[in-house]
Amino acid sequence: MKRMSYREAMRQALREALASDPRVFLMGEDIGLYGGTYAVTKGLLDEFGPERVRDTPLSELAFVGAGVGAALAGMRPIVEVMTVNFSLLSLDPIVNSAALYRHMSGGQLGVPLVVRISTGAGRQVAAQHSHSFENWYASIPGIKVLAPATVADARHMLAAALADPDPVVIFEHVQLYNLEDEVPEERGTDIASAAVRRTGSAVSLVTYGGSLPKTLEAAAQLAAEGIEAEVVDLRVLRPLDMETVLASVRKCRRAVVVDETWRSGSLAAEVMARIAESAFYDLDAPLARVCTEEVPIPYAKHLEDAALPQPAKIVAAARATLGR
Amino acid sequence: MIEFKLPSMGADMDEGKLLEWRVKPGDPVKKGDVVAVVDTTKAAVDVESWQEGTMHEQLVGVGETVPVGTVIATFLEPGESAQGVAKRAKPPTAAAAAPAPAPPAAPAPPVEPVAAAGRKPVSPAARARAKELRVDVETIAGTGLQGAVTIEDVEKAAAAPKTGADRAAQMRKAIGAAMSRSKREIPHYYLQEPVPMARAVEWLARENEKRPVTERLLMGVLQVKAVARALAKAPELNGFWTDGAFRPSAAIHVGVAISIRQGGLIAPAIHDVERKGLDELMRDLTDLVARARAGSLRSSEMSDPTITVTNLGETGVESVLGVIYPPQVALVGFGRIDVRPWVEDGTVKPVSMTMASLSADHRASDGIRGARFLAELRERLQHPEEL
Repeated sequence: MKRMSYREAMRQALREALASDPRVFLMGEDIGLYGGTYAVTKGLLDEFGPERVRDTPLSELAFVGAGVGAALAGMRPIVEVMTVNFSLLSLDPIVNSAALYRHMSGGQLGVPLVVRISTGAGRQVAAQHSHSFENWYASIPGIKVLAPATVADARHMLAAALADPDPVVIFEHVQLYNLEDEVPEERGTDIASAAVRRTGSAVSLVTYGGSLPKTLEAAAQLAAEGIEAEVVDLRVLRPLDMETVLASVRKCRRAVVVDETWRSGSLAAEVMARIAESAFYDLDAPLARVCTEEVPIPYAKHLEDAALPQPAKIVAAARATLGR
Repeated sequence: MIEFKLPSMGADMDEGKLLEWRVKPGDPVKKGDVVAVVDTTKAAVDVESWQEGTMHEQLVGVGETVPVGTVIATFLEPGESAQGVAKRAKPPTAAAAAPAPAPPAAPAPPVEPVAAAGRKPVSPAARARAKELRVDVETIAGTGLQGAVTIEDVEKAAAAPKTGADRAAQMRKAIGAAMSRSKREIPHYYLQEPVPMARAVEWLARENEKRPVTERLLMGVLQVKAVARALAKAPELNGFWTDGAFRPSAAIHVGVAISIRQGGLIAPAIHDVERKGLDELMRDLTDLVARARAGSLRSSEMSDPTITVTNLGETGVESVLGVIYPPQVALVGFGRIDVRPWVEDGTVKPVSMTMASLSADHRASDGIRGARFLAELRERLQHPEEL
């Protein structure tokens, strides 16, 4: 076991990928000389040189598109997009190219591209840098969408993503970079399953990414009241591991889905719909969700806090499913 | 101050479980208002008030089971003030409910308000579990979100006596107790009389031809009305045997034996049969059967019958010799209507017939009065147009 930050875990994963496979290279805004907006790639330019750690112009359309081309040509590009808000400019290469080529080429062309995108709010960087759109990507067939929420997943999910012959988008919540935890020595993890982060039997709290620490805190508060909540970390947003979610819901018979995207059309909405489809007769209370209020993320701290899912809101929603 | 006591709603009821208060303290109460809903072993019954006043204090909580005769509430008499009346001690209960702990203060849950559902809110899992445990969710008070019935509520209700799976057994037991008492205490005598039904059958067929399906009459309604008319000639068959004496009843409330689909039997009253026309009786009967099977009868319907009519003809038996439902003193039975040989003016003719029977309490009447009653009943059924 080694203790490290989520940022450090991600950096180690990148270093390991660069060192072990000559086809791997990094590309993105300010990732070289500046060391990355969130300092994830700091030091890698010195270590691996400008051929493999490439600063790009401010054009997501161009550099993500270049990543698609490189992947088609046999490379293993890892492209960093500074925030999910900016990733809207690269939707075309991701959604309209990378996600489709396997299908359109009759299975002949894979796009082994990895795109890392930071997402989420909570750092007072205002509306244009704070939103969460991972649910949009999770609705697109042809790509896998990952949301590492623990330091161990930050350390190990990248290798599995690179090993995948098709495009993988990884969402890193900006509030997680400073998270510290022990990371087991053993390598490797799957990018197919959800994980139960806390066991309980009163209510399932289903979440992912930056909402996981808040949900675990809510579960601890609930435990103090005698309510044992189970916390399920989705980990993989596409394809969803509903087997794990449904097993938990069938056990607890109540579920609250916690998700930092806006409520309408949220990933929570999809998870709830699937629970209702498959486990309706197992439910002992209406499904509930805690999502972000439907406003542009505010700059002011108190307003930003009020707009986002918080432990108190999760606790209240969980209590309500129990009629308390 | 008026004491409102849990009434007996039948000889087989000795306690009741309060399901719901319908009147809050401070609310005015008129005669006939439903004050509370009480679960007997047979049904959830609306308990009516026979007095006027203002609800002062509810002395029994929802879910508590108390014996018949317990004061369950007090009313203020007209003109009486709440200040002038001392609080009463709560009565001892069969199943004392623990006081509910105060809920912890919580921020409002971020759950959108759900519009009132068209039916009682029951969670899908609770509904499935209730089916498994054969518990009627309609009789369970919910503790879940928006008052929904949860799995836990169902399991608690199933574990509690006198609900769900136990209900059928409890009803069996109650019927057994009432019928044993009847056979132990009532010296029954039995009479039978074949009644030609050709005229009634023909009249009914003609009458129903004129009516839309929804307004058609059943033979049972003619029979109930004929019984009421015939009782005018035999008042000693209509009333109650209580405290060692017969108390005749001026009004004729005919208890109609209705079999409950889940098993068991109930015989609620159609009130004032002698004063009602066939159409009204038909509407009453339809309503009564529906409500008896749904378990929503009124207390007066349960406790009022002054005589009972049972008709087992539909099941195909020739005649029925019934057991009187105490404290009533008579029960009239009808068998199936069948075409039989009948001698009239020295010729054998095929005629529609039924076997009418009377079980009567010998303490209240003698066979000759019973015979007169049956003869009158036969006569009445020969003139269906007069019923």
